[in-house]
Amino acid sequence: MGQTLFDKIWDAHVVSSAEGFPDILYIDTHFIHEVTSPQAFDGLRKRGLPVFRPQQTVATADHNVPTWDQHLPIKEELSRYQVDMLTKNCKEFGIELYGLGHPYQGIVHVIGPELGITRPGGTYVCGDSHTSTHGAFGAIAFGIGTSQVEQVLATQCLLQSRPKRMKIEVNGKLQNGVGPKDIILYIIAQISAAGGTGYAVEYAGDTIRSLSMEGRMTICNMSIEMGARCGLIAPDETTINYVKGREFAPKGEEWDKAVAYWQTLYSDEDAEFDSVLTFRAEDIEPMITYGTNPGMGIGVTQHVPETASFDVKEQVSYKKALDYMGLHDDETLLGKPIDYVFIGSCTNSRIEDLRQVAEFVKGKHKADNVTVWVVPGSKQVQEQAIREGLDKIFDAAGFPLREPGCSACLGMNEDKIPAGKYCVSTSNRNFEGRQGPNSRTFLASPLTAAASAITGKVTDIREFLKEEELV
Amino acid sequence: MSTKIFKHIQTPVVPLAIENIDTDQIIPARFLKATTRDGFGNNLFRDWRFDENDHPKPDFVLNNPTYSGKVLVAGKNFGCGSSREHAAWAIADYGFDAVVSSFFADIFKGNALNNGLLPVQVSDDFLQKIFDAVAADHTAEVEIDLENQFIKISATGEQESFEVNPYKKACMINGYDDIDYILSQKNKIEEFEEVR
Repeated sequence: MGQTLFDKIWDAHVVSSAEGFPDILYIDTHFIHEVTSPQAFDGLRKRGLPVFRPQQTVATADHNVPTWDQHLPIKEELSRYQVDMLTKNCKEFGIELYGLGHPYQGIVHVIGPELGITRPGGTYVCGDSHTSTHGAFGAIAFGIGTSQVEQVLATQCLLQSRPKRMKIEVNGKLQNGVGPKDIILYIIAQISAAGGTGYAVEYAGDTIRSLSMEGRMTICNMSIEMGARCGLIAPDETTINYVKGREFAPKGEEWDKAVAYWQTLYSDEDAEFDSVLTFRAEDIEPMITYGTNPGMGIGVTQHVPETASFDVKEQVSYKKALDYMGLHDDETLLGKPIDYVFIGSCTNSRIEDLRQVAEFVKGKHKADNVTVWVVPGSKQVQEQAIREGLDKIFDAAGFPLREPGCSACLGMNEDKIPAGKYCVSTSNRNFEGRQGPNSRTFLASPLTAAASAITGKVTDIREFLKEEELV
Repeated sequence: MSTKIFKHIQTPVVPLAIENIDTDQIIPARFLKATTRDGFGNNLFRDWRFDENDHPKPDFVLNNPTYSGKVLVAGKNFGCGSSREHAAWAIADYGFDAVVSSFFADIFKGNALNNGLLPVQVSDDFLQKIFDAVAADHTAEVEIDLENQFIKISATGEQESFEVNPYKKACMINGYDDIDYILSQKNKIEEFEEVR
């Protein structure tokens, strides 16, 4: 019987396998950041252990950094201390750090791929659930807890049981104005925030295949939002062309050897999956979430579901979510006034996202009632945007381009959405308080976010695009 | 190094019948700035437990003196979202030894097991039976036996078995540590690096 892509990569990384034990899985690269690593380094010190393979560990500061005036010391004392602690730990244990001010600094899931560290066939972990992003290259990549960060620092390995395999196929042609973010929000809305739990998900089908690497990263990024262990997409020409020539990509003979191996990385035709789901691209509208988990999403023209449509047991939680969001049964979000628009996060902060937004907002201006933040995913993305003059377009539109970091995705650093305010956000989570205590998040694509910033209310991007075609 | 040991408990429970409780609720990101593992219990369920002036919200279960115990019982898909192990630290630091739910998110489950906090996955029906038992009598106790892998509602005697990875079970019962186990196979890791 044939093998799935996932199993091919997993098998190539098993150091040891014993009945009743999880496998010992070898990790090619371990990404670390300031928030989930300090206690792991402390653990190493207590055990008197070094980092086993420091050259396979890459660090950056992203969660706790300001996105304005990054050249100044971090104002908040605890944040500054945590970032300083990362610098100290990296120095002590011999780890390369792309910290604040470094030309490679940025969100960990943006810099790995752009530096050519993330490659097909590899295994990648990080103390961050959106590590699933790296699976877009045809790799096994997933988030881990701090005890596991310590484990990988100490051994370059992880104890891990093999998950089940799911294939999600999307076929057909996307509507104008619908993109990767809408695809993944649609899938999660269909299968729920727990629908992928226990699975490694391979995304396939001609719609997925037609996406750029950055689009594929957006899809894989949100695999965790359906509970999946990881998400991955078989590498192809698009993948190989993306990796080629990047800073740490293999070169010369090594490159040829690597490509030859990457070309063997696909699920065999007779490979068996534990679950297979198929969706039609034509069915996907621009998506928006209305609730407090990423599975609570609808097409932008649809109405918020009725409480009575849920199982009695689920109604308490559902009602709690609607109350928190200040919404009611059967409400339409279209036309709802908003206060903030956040374009950024490891889901949508890459150069293609910024280009798409800039192209759309060129010659337009944000509505008076809306504050807009555009936060590039990395220093390299920021520099590229400036080279292309996107910053000027953004400035003219009232969309200031900030400096790289996780920003308003997680309510940890200075960028928080105030209590009670509505934010259309290109990030990945709409949990209660995620963007700041009592903030209210509508997750959407960069285009939907941009169009909503212009009108000051939740907007169907397709209406805009139709008008622009007429002009 | 050894970790916290769990074998058997009998205790009243704290019911939290909400589904999809994500780790941002368990411990909001703004409390993740600490560089040690201690003290997260103070901020467990911070924004459900306290208002914006840091006053306890009387309707939240942790502020209700009627309920106490070493086991948190919660709705399905508990611990979804962020991989922050701080969520498991916060629950354990607050004083819970186990969490019972009808479904756990993957990463949370792993983090809990690595901290001597036992995640006990039961059927939807059994979960409802626990909630019903606590509604009838707030001191209702459950018994959780890891060695024999069952959970029992003491008052009614109803019980259900639960799954746990045999390796992690041995770790919890004996206080074994993952890093010690992997390092015992260091030669295999080095061999793997040589031949690949």
